[in-house]
Amino acid sequence: MSATALTDPAAPVASAVHPDPSAAPPSGEAPALEVRGLTKFFGRKPDQALERLRAGASRTELAQLGTAAVIDADFEVRRGEIFVVMGLSGSGKSTLIRMLNGLQEPTAGSVRVMGEQLTGVSAKRVRAIRSEHVSMVFQHFALLPHRTVRDNAAYGLEIQGVPPAARRERAERVLETVGLGGWGDKLPSELSGGMQQRVGLARALAADTDILLMDEAFSALDPLIRREMQEQLVELQQELGKTIVFITHDLNEAMFLGDRIAVMRDGRIVQLGTAEEILTDPADDYVAQFVADVDRARVLTAANVMQAPRAVVAQSAGPRAALRTMLEQETSSALVVTGGRKLVGVVHDRDVLRLVQRGERSLDSAIRTDVPRIAPDVHLAELFATSVEHEAPIAVVDERERLVGVVPRVTLLAALGNVTTETGELPVAVPPVTVPVEVIQATLAGAEAALADARRAGTEDAREDGDLPPAAAATNGGIA
Amino acid sequence: MDGFRIPVGDWAEAVVEFLTDTLGGFFAVIRTIFDGFYDGLEAVLTVPPFWIVILALAAVAWLAKGWKFAVGTAVGLLVIVGVDQWENAMSTLALVLVASLVAIAIAIPVGILAARSDAASRVIRPILDFMQTMPAMVYLIPALILFRVGVVPGIIATIVFAMAPGVRLTELGIRGVDREVVEAGQAFGSSPGRILRQIQLPLAMPSIMAGVNQVIMLALSMVVIAGMVGAGGLGGQVVQSLGRIDVALGFEAGLSVVILAIILDRATGAFGNGWTAPWTRRKAASKQDVAPSPVPEREPALVA
Repeated sequence: MSATALTDPAAPVASAVHPDPSAAPPSGEAPALEVRGLTKFFGRKPDQALERLRAGASRTELAQLGTAAVIDADFEVRRGEIFVVMGLSGSGKSTLIRMLNGLQEPTAGSVRVMGEQLTGVSAKRVRAIRSEHVSMVFQHFALLPHRTVRDNAAYGLEIQGVPPAARRERAERVLETVGLGGWGDKLPSELSGGMQQRVGLARALAADTDILLMDEAFSALDPLIRREMQEQLVELQQELGKTIVFITHDLNEAMFLGDRIAVMRDGRIVQLGTAEEILTDPADDYVAQFVADVDRARVLTAANVMQAPRAVVAQSAGPRAALRTMLEQETSSALVVTGGRKLVGVVHDRDVLRLVQRGERSLDSAIRTDVPRIAPDVHLAELFATSVEHEAPIAVVDERERLVGVVPRVTLLAALGNVTTETGELPVAVPPVTVPVEVIQATLAGAEAALADARRAGTEDAREDGDLPPAAAATNGGIA
Repeated sequence: MDGFRIPVGDWAEAVVEFLTDTLGGFFAVIRTIFDGFYDGLEAVLTVPPFWIVILALAAVAWLAKGWKFAVGTAVGLLVIVGVDQWENAMSTLALVLVASLVAIAIAIPVGILAARSDAASRVIRPILDFMQTMPAMVYLIPALILFRVGVVPGIIATIVFAMAPGVRLTELGIRGVDREVVEAGQAFGSSPGRILRQIQLPLAMPSIMAGVNQVIMLALSMVVIAGMVGAGGLGGQVVQSLGRIDVALGFEAGLSVVILAIILDRATGAFGNGWTAPWTRRKAASKQDVAPSPVPEREPALVA
């Protein structure tokens, strides 16, 4: 078996480019999966092909020798994360996932599962690692058609040697978790596709392994059911803390599920990063083209696109300062915050103008608290309705209700169109002023004159100039 | 062309001679075993009064398919009694069953081997072609030499002739099992033996049973030829009628073969197509309305 020799960590390329896998601690701290220089070549002369691959040959250059399904894959999957491998059909992702549990023997490179060497060990050892650490969910469900749903779900436990009564009970509980309580006695053929895949998921969950490999698990399902399953998977993952390696050709699915995403092309991983990184900073034209189609609204969050709040006034500031801020920012409303930057509400120019005209000293009566506020991790898709209902920018607040940014309508649209969302050169002023600038200026001048009169009269000290200057507000309000 | 002659025939003769000389004892043992096997089965079928045997066979038919088939079986067997071929028919049935059992016992493991190893498959396939296409009577000659006249050379020739579809359909069935389901077994840490027992064989069962059906049908078609070497039974009757140009006898014996063939085919076919016990049949049938069985309906094949 040539693979044994090639999995040697001392193999030139593997060790020259990547850290020695044997240096990883063997116990608790090891990543869920550690993949080093993993290569799979289907063909007659693997040694020759490997040499040329190491010299940098591409897959097409080797087409005469055979197929290089996976070339030099190198990554780690952290415990408890959803790691998505994304690529079109033929990009090698199915071969890659099959090497992660030893269904395919790699031509070169090594895989460690929870710190244990998977490559180059005996078949028996590989089986033990699978049954203990790695379970799998298949594209076409791969249920045993002659067994009941319950016995299918209990299959992994059966292999682990769990006694019948215990495994039935556990299977029943997991079926309950995936929403199939009471279906245990049916045969898989009596279930719909979505339900069959729930059985597939239950089988993997019941085995209670640390790692779940999911090979295009939702690709064969209807779009509606697929969405439902994706959401359920995320919920389950948060609940159970499993490490999930998910293969898909659907970028939207990848972006929705993945904590990190590896994009594969022609057997190589061309980019590895979070959904946002891949979306906003694609590694090459291929990835860029790929992400052009993605539903950005479901990937980007408020935190990704929000701008520094510019039209912000302190609650303690008076109406004149608020009006001046709005004038400078050329906007008709401003957000009101407390000293601790906690969001109080919003004021509109007409209301403030009236206060100034009446000579009021406090903003409080003009503050409206119905300002739309959202958390930073909300997806843009959920902002549209809010954005339509409110003309003012949506305020982004952290868990302590502190203002961290705003999402104006323009920004929302710009994000979807992949226009740069960076602020600076093109400050976005929304909503536009509703009161003519001259009127505001006249009012402010009038108020100023009235103040001067008052000061001269010595009745009142006007400390309204203690306002936060707008520029400072913008800087302080920068994204945390 | 003169002078160019490949002495293949001589080589075959030499091989058979060598076998007789060195393995004579071994063949004697096989002869004894098969003889005993056949005699026992024949006794079970012929010693009791014919109506008891008919009732028993009708009961098997009921188990297999239901009361309609049971009635048909009984009527068919009564026709055989009516044309005075009962004992011959039972001898033939015993011969077919013994040969089929042995052929299946060999064919299924060989088929499994062929399914698991491409190399084995490449070796086995041409051998099967040879066994199946070589004129059946040719087997009788070495069988006669090795086992002497009687029922045993007939059984051996029948086994060789009938085995091929059993191997082929077993291999086909196992190779046809959804690769993903087998992978599922592997992915959960199942051993190869366990995957064979729990996944591959159960899922290949319709195909394997089709193979069993074919083996039995081919065995039945071989009995007439086996009659030539003294295997007796219906085959003996046919050979006799051929010698005497006796149309009446020939037709009666032939008709009996056809009746046996139909009964055997329908019975094994039923066991192959997702068989359920008669007492659970109604419930199973209503289940099938909800979700049609993934097993495709197999056209009943009749070779006789």
